[in-house]
Amino acid sequence: MSLALVRLDDRLIHGQVVVGWGQPLNIAFIVLVDDEVRNSAWEQDLYRMGVPPNIEVVFASIAEAERQLDQWEQDGRIGILLAGDIDTMAALVKSGQIKHVNIGGIHHRAGRIERLRYVYLTDDEAAKLRQLASNGVDVTAQDVPTARAVPIREFL
Amino acid sequence: MSEPLVGVVVSHAELAQALVSAVRVISGVEGALEPVSNEGCDPEALAARIDKALGKGPAVLFVDLPGGSCLTSALRLSRGRASVAVVTGVNLAMLLDFVFHRELSPVEAARRASQAGANAIRTPGTPAAPAAPAA
Repeated sequence: MSLALVRLDDRLIHGQVVVGWGQPLNIAFIVLVDDEVRNSAWEQDLYRMGVPPNIEVVFASIAEAERQLDQWEQDGRIGILLAGDIDTMAALVKSGQIKHVNIGGIHHRAGRIERLRYVYLTDDEAAKLRQLASNGVDVTAQDVPTARAVPIREFL
Repeated sequence: MSEPLVGVVVSHAELAQALVSAVRVISGVEGALEPVSNEGCDPEALAARIDKALGKGPAVLFVDLPGGSCLTSALRLSRGRASVAVVTGVNLAMLLDFVFHRELSPVEAARRASQAGANAIRTPGTPAAPAAPAA
């Protein structure tokens, strides 16, 4: 499988992704799935700034990602796919090709409850993640590779 | 005289707080720098922290890395604001230069601090790199 990590992280491309995961996995591409970023050249330039030139960054809408998931999975290179919110990830999971979801960071906002140091969720968001898991997706929380992957049943 | 610049240091973890403390100890200058950490923040929350530290006056944002969550939030906030300039790769040398040149414009202070920071990066004691072959 060429997508070595499918990650839910509200910061999208940032240090933990590029350095923490990117270095040990030796990634060659990052797919950022976000409808808003897909439509903003300025936002795309911002995210590219954090990525070394040898790593390709692909910006995709949810619809584009659903169509291209198979292509990324068959890519001979190693890549990371990022989504910034649970609804986007849930839409991608519906394709049936995503078997593992890494929760890398969902941070505090009004109405969210702390589940882990770097995972805050409303009850509705928690229910959506539980639904993903009940559909057979392996959902774990792990901010960096050196941390333990915490199964969803341990924090929800 | 125009309002002196404020420097806002934006970093991962406790780096910003440590840099601001070190500048205070070395220079004796108080109130010139505000630390902001991205700890526990999504982009929206980090932008709110930076915005609060910036206040209404002219400022320079000193960001730790030339990419990532700290920079993206800083650039979103500074976009279209002529009174705010951004420098990446913050280090102690550039902040020490900045606190003594707060009368400059944000862009002038940012350029000056950037140069001071770059000048501080050296490899003392190591052999000089071999000269590049002539073309």
